[in-house]
Amino acid sequence: MDSLLTLVLILLKIVAIVAPLMLSVAYLTYAERKIIGYIQVRIGPNRVGPKGWLQPIADAVKLMMKEIVIPTGANRFLFVLAPVLSIGPALAAWAAIPLGDGIVLSHIDAGLLYLLAMTSLGVYGVIIAGWASNSKYSFLGAMRSAAQIVSYEIAMGFALVGVLMAGGSLNLNEIVRAQSGSVLHWFWLPLLPLFIVYFISGVAETNRAPFDVAEGESEIVAGFHVEYSGMTFAVFFLAEYANMILISALAATMFLGGWLSPFQGIPLLGALFTWVPGAVWLILKTAVFLFLFLWLRATFPRYRYDQIMRLGWKVFIPVTIVWLAVVGVAKWAHLAPWFD
Amino acid sequence: MGFEKFLFYVFAIVLVFASVRVITVRNPVHAALFLVLAFFTSAALWLLLQAEFLAIALVLVYVGAVMVLFLFVVMMLDINVAPLREGFIRNAPLGIAVATIIVIEMALVLTSDRSGLVSGALQNYAADHSNTKELGSVMYTLYAYPFEIAALILLVAIVAAIGLTMRRRQGVRYVDPAEQVAVRREGRVRLVNLAAEKKS
Repeated sequence: MDSLLTLVLILLKIVAIVAPLMLSVAYLTYAERKIIGYIQVRIGPNRVGPKGWLQPIADAVKLMMKEIVIPTGANRFLFVLAPVLSIGPALAAWAAIPLGDGIVLSHIDAGLLYLLAMTSLGVYGVIIAGWASNSKYSFLGAMRSAAQIVSYEIAMGFALVGVLMAGGSLNLNEIVRAQSGSVLHWFWLPLLPLFIVYFISGVAETNRAPFDVAEGESEIVAGFHVEYSGMTFAVFFLAEYANMILISALAATMFLGGWLSPFQGIPLLGALFTWVPGAVWLILKTAVFLFLFLWLRATFPRYRYDQIMRLGWKVFIPVTIVWLAVVGVAKWAHLAPWFD
Repeated sequence: MGFEKFLFYVFAIVLVFASVRVITVRNPVHAALFLVLAFFTSAALWLLLQAEFLAIALVLVYVGAVMVLFLFVVMMLDINVAPLREGFIRNAPLGIAVATIIVIEMALVLTSDRSGLVSGALQNYAADHSNTKELGSVMYTLYAYPFEIAALILLVAIVAAIGLTMRRRQGVRYVDPAEQVAVRREGRVRLVNLAAEKKS
C-alpha cells in the first residue's frame, strides 16, 4: 500500500513536470515564428485567435487529423518507434533537474552523468528514422546527424567535466549550491570558455540552425524526417523543441546558477527578492537561452559540413582540454572567490 | 523486495531475449539495435545492484557513443548476409570452446572470496551513498598505476589507428581555414582610378 502511494506520488510529479513542458513546447513554436518574424521585419502568425495566440493549438489539431503515411519498403516497427525514441530521452532527462533547492523528481547522485547519457540517446531517434524510412534523403540526414552528434558530444562531455570539477559534485542540486553568492559566483565566469563551448555544442546536439545539416532543406529536402507525416512528424517536432528547452535549462543550471536569484549578495535588492520561488529564476534564465536559439536561427546561414567537423574536433575539444587544466590549477590554488 | 525481484526478472528476460536475437537475427542493423537493447537492459540490472555510476557510464559510453558509430558503419556497408552464415557449422566448435572458457572464468571470478557473493549478502547502502566517489577514491589511489597504464594503452591505440588510416590525398581543393580568415581586401581586389572618358 505504501509503495503504491509512492508510485502514485511519483506519477503525479511526472505529470506536473511534463504537462507544463509540453505546453511550453507548443508555445515555443509560436514564439519562434513570432520572434523570427519580427527579426525579419514581418509580423508572423496573427490569424488564429487574438494576435495568433491559438496558432500552436490549430497546428496540433491539423497534424492530428492528417494521415500517417508509411512508405513502402519501410520497416514499420522501427519507423513508428523512431519518434518515440527521440522524445523519450528529452523528457526523461528532466527527472534530475532541480527546480528549486532540493525540489527535484529524482535526487540521484550521478545527475550530471545521467543527463549526459540521456542527451546522447536522442540521436537514436534520428538514426533509426533515417534508416527505417527506406529513403536516400532520410538516410543521408541520419548519417550526417550521427557523425555530428558523436563529435559534439565529446566537447559537451568535457565541458561537463569542467562543471563537475568546479562544483565538486555530480549532483545538480549541489552544483547549483556551489554557485551561490552572487552573479559573479556563477560558473559562467570561471568556466567562460566551457560555457560557450557547451551552449554551441548544445545547439549542434539539438540539430538546430546553424548546425541543422541533418534537415538541410536546401540539400536533402528535410533529412531524416522527410518521409514522416501527421502525428509522427509532430512528435519529431516536439522532440526538437523539448530538447532545446532541456539544453537551455541545463545551461542555466550549470552556468547561470539554476534556481539562484540573480540579486543574491546585493544589499537591499537581494533581500527584496527572496520571496520569489527558485523555479521562476530558472524559467527566466532558460528563456534567455531559448531566445538565443531563435536568434541564432534567424541570423546565421547553415554551416558547411567540413566546417562543422573542424569546429567540433579541432577547436572545441582542444579549448575544453586546456580549460580543464586551468580549472584544475585554479582549484588546487583555491582561487578566490570561486574555489576557496 | 517483491517489486525489485519482479523488475529483475523483467529486465533479465528482455536481456536474454535481446542477446539471443543479436546473433540470430538476419539483418545486421537489427542485430546492432538488439545489442543496444541488451546494453540498455544490462544497465538497468546494474542499477538494481546499486551500481549507478557503472550503469550510467554503460549507457553513456556504449549506447550513446560506441553503438552509434557501430550503426553508422553497419548501415553504410552493404553486407550480404548469406555468405556470412555459411561458416556457422564449421566455426561452431571454436565458438563453443571460447564460450566455455568465458563461462568458467566468470564462475571463477564470481565464486572467489573477493567478489563477496559467496561470503554473504551484498551490502545495502542508503540512497545518498555516492558510489562515484567510492570508485574514484579506489581508482586513483590503490589502482592508480593500472589505471594510468590502461589509459596509456588506449592512447597508443588511438594514435596507431589514426597513424594507420591517415593519408594526405593529392589534388584536393581544400582551403586552409587559417588562410581563409587571413585574407584581406588588398590581396584580392585592386581598385583602379580611371579617368572619365570624353566623347570625341
